[in-house]
Amino acid sequence: MANIIISQATEGGLTFYMPKKDLEVPVKSLEFNQPHKWGGALTLADGQRYYIDPLDTMPSLPKSLRAKRMD
Amino acid sequence: MAKLNKEEAQALIQEVLEVYPEKAKKDRAKHLAVNDTAEAKTCVTSNRKSLPGVMTIRGCAYAGSKGVVWGPIKDMIHISHGPVGCGQYSRAGRRNYYVGTTGVDSFGTMNFTSDFQEKDIVFGGDKKLSKLITEIEQLFPLNRGISVQSECPIGLIGDDIEAVSKASSKEIGKPVIPVRCEGFRGVSQSLGHHIANDAIRDHVFDREGGSEGIEPGQYDVAILGDYNIGGDAWSSRILLEEMGLRVVAQWSGDGTLAEMEQTPKVKLNLLHCYRSMNYISRHMEEKYGIPWVEYNFFGPTKIAESLRKIASYFDDSIKEGAEKVIAKYQAMCDEIIAKYRPRLEGKKVMLYVGGLRPRHVIGAYEDLGMEVVGTGYEFGHNDDYDRTRNDVGNATLIYDDVTGFEFEEFVKRVKPDLVGSGVKEKYIFQKMGVPFRQMHSWDYSGPYHGYDGFAIFAKDMDMTLNNPCWSKLTPPWKQRPEAEQKAVA
Repeated sequence: MANIIISQATEGGLTFYMPKKDLEVPVKSLEFNQPHKWGGALTLADGQRYYIDPLDTMPSLPKSLRAKRMD
Repeated sequence: MAKLNKEEAQALIQEVLEVYPEKAKKDRAKHLAVNDTAEAKTCVTSNRKSLPGVMTIRGCAYAGSKGVVWGPIKDMIHISHGPVGCGQYSRAGRRNYYVGTTGVDSFGTMNFTSDFQEKDIVFGGDKKLSKLITEIEQLFPLNRGISVQSECPIGLIGDDIEAVSKASSKEIGKPVIPVRCEGFRGVSQSLGHHIANDAIRDHVFDREGGSEGIEPGQYDVAILGDYNIGGDAWSSRILLEEMGLRVVAQWSGDGTLAEMEQTPKVKLNLLHCYRSMNYISRHMEEKYGIPWVEYNFFGPTKIAESLRKIASYFDDSIKEGAEKVIAKYQAMCDEIIAKYRPRLEGKKVMLYVGGLRPRHVIGAYEDLGMEVVGTGYEFGHNDDYDRTRNDVGNATLIYDDVTGFEFEEFVKRVKPDLVGSGVKEKYIFQKMGVPFRQMHSWDYSGPYHGYDGFAIFAKDMDMTLNNPCWSKLTPPWKQRPEAEQKAVA
């Protein structure tokens, strides 16, 4: 589990930022992106995959979250 | 010498690495690369521990916190808590200019230290610290607050500076901020920046008994990560004010505690040094919903680009203001470029600095027709290198945490016309006959930010590069054989 920040990218879409690794990459896909369910599996532009526990409401971005590495 | 192509640059790196033992070679190879704009990511490893035995140019966490982030806040007293040396040898070295009467209401260039002795190491220095704070309050009653910047021994002996700070804060009725920036933390000064940012977040924002501040306006902005080296923040500030924005805070050059407390109410955070203040910008974005934007005030091309980028966050009056500012200074810039470009055209530069400069000053050099053939960060992270990739051309050498040996070898082979780095490198290269500018504090010159700064930047580069002294480095008695040879021929 690692702390991450998801924020709105200036070019549209989302940005994934992990302070510990200085990783700043665009998010390619997000599993759940609905008003009542947000989160799930994340695929980053560089191919890495992370999982965040789905939230009941869409958060206001940027948001600090805990993410788990998949695979 | 013509610029190296990609293969030559790769070969150069391999050749330089040859002297290291196998393990060190493997490690250092990851930190050196040749830029390739076609690739999606940089392949430079950064923010790793320096190798034992090599000459690194990095600083420590205390340098990052006291020297960079906290030190320039002028109306607070920053105690270098620990032995006397750390504070004394770094005192006033960074030339963070400020307005105020030193010793009365401003304390920027003064050194306050608890001067640890053997007995403090053995019995702990908490009592000394609390006595010191009481004394400071008596002697300098106009201070607005105190920060306790820990040096290595504080962490080693386990002093509880947080408890002392809390008690002392109650006693003097002003904020006393403990900062756990012991020098041994992290691999470079970079962690010191982070610790300092976190201390501001925890102890300055939403502080009980903090000042009310001024009425927030719709054009309020804060300058983050500008340390007013030689007056940099002032030459940036006037441009922003001319385009109609209200600069309510400067972090932290010429800054005050009240300005920091005002910052959560601004409309936009302007971030110059990404490395040292992105942490607090991200925090303010999340907690207070303040967007932040990176900008670059080196050289007219980048200034115009940045002014337009900043203006895009505001309404049309600001956008018009930005265009007016750009138009107003255009004539001045053309004049500077017309004067200096012919003298500097085609010259090659190698940089090795910290923070934002390895990528930010490239634009200014390009405006003068110069080319950056090598650049590197002392303490950059991956995100810095990702940002650098687009600013430099193909086949540019990129070196992270370069060692003294590697840097010298690169300069010997690439033969740049100018090297920009710190004071530790200055005299080595000058003795080698390479023109050198100390780019940490602008070689006792400055400001370099903004349009006014560009004029000084261009003059300084010309003054250094075209100085007649560089042809006089070989004494006449050593020159003679060559002259005779010429005569014979």
